[in-house]
Amino acid sequence: MAYLKYLVFGVLFGFVLTKAEVISWFRIQEMFRFQSFHMYGVIGAAILVGMISVQIIKRFNVKDIHGDPISIPPKDSTQVYRYAIGGTIFGLGWALTGACPGPLFALLGSGLGIIIVPLVGALIGTFVYGALKDALPH
Amino acid sequence: MFDWLYQPWPWYVAGPLIGLFVPLLFIFGNKQFGISSSLRHVCAACAPSSISYFNYDWKKEGMWHLLFAGGVVLGGFLGGWVFANPEPIAISGSTISDLTALGVQDFDGFLPDDLFNWDNLLTWQGLLIMLGGGFMVGFGARYGGGCTSGHAISGLSDLQLGSLIAVIGFFAGGLIVTHLIYPFLI
Repeated sequence: MAYLKYLVFGVLFGFVLTKAEVISWFRIQEMFRFQSFHMYGVIGAAILVGMISVQIIKRFNVKDIHGDPISIPPKDSTQVYRYAIGGTIFGLGWALTGACPGPLFALLGSGLGIIIVPLVGALIGTFVYGALKDALPH
Repeated sequence: MFDWLYQPWPWYVAGPLIGLFVPLLFIFGNKQFGISSSLRHVCAACAPSSISYFNYDWKKEGMWHLLFAGGVVLGGFLGGWVFANPEPIAISGSTISDLTALGVQDFDGFLPDDLFNWDNLLTWQGLLIMLGGGFMVGFGARYGGGCTSGHAISGLSDLQLGSLIAVIGFFAGGLIVTHLIYPFLI
């Protein structure tokens, strides 16, 4: 039952993604063609609100609802290869399918059964990464 | 009165709401906002193997991710089916003319039906777009250590250099596909 809140948060997030139209292949094309401010506005405003929130949490040592300190794990910035290469591969996939993982889930829910295909692809990709991990430069 | 449930939301409403999931998950669950890890937990749950990357207690670490992802499916059902916007998405005229020139004909809904359909899966172009694209999303997200939510939103919110490098990569990859590869696929 303690986990039920995450389902509720997920529903809210999926609803916002859908209403923001960021799950649209067309919106992603618009973004990568620099032909609309919409996606930049959504992502930029989200980062701004997230950034202000994180700074407030850090400055004032905000605790979670159980009174525990909030842990914000840093990314390992020495692993330049993984971010550059992995990020670029992700970007290729993002533009090809027109969707990143959150939108893939929301598109499936909106009734587009064909999205099963990129989702299965994403699972295979995840699995292959797990299998090849130690052989890849990080 | 409930028109707003059906209509699309402008960026200055939707963007800040998306950003609020960062503090929401920190405060209510001490969790860092991110989506793509759910795919790893599905692999760990469904394909138990000798691969150490999938050898961990996925129920303990991943149940919240999986429920969150399941919730996103439900949210998509509510936003894109129950309260679906009856109008086509108001994309820019220049995007419509660029895509029309490439051969896209269907501008209804979230995806162009002429590319995303089961028959097109039998062509190499359709296979690359749908299955190959999905593969790169999953592979790239784990290799790069996160997706749009984990890096662009959570990571940049915490001013992480690694996330900035990843996001530059996201855009580099997206620009390559949009401008150099998609013309050969449609």
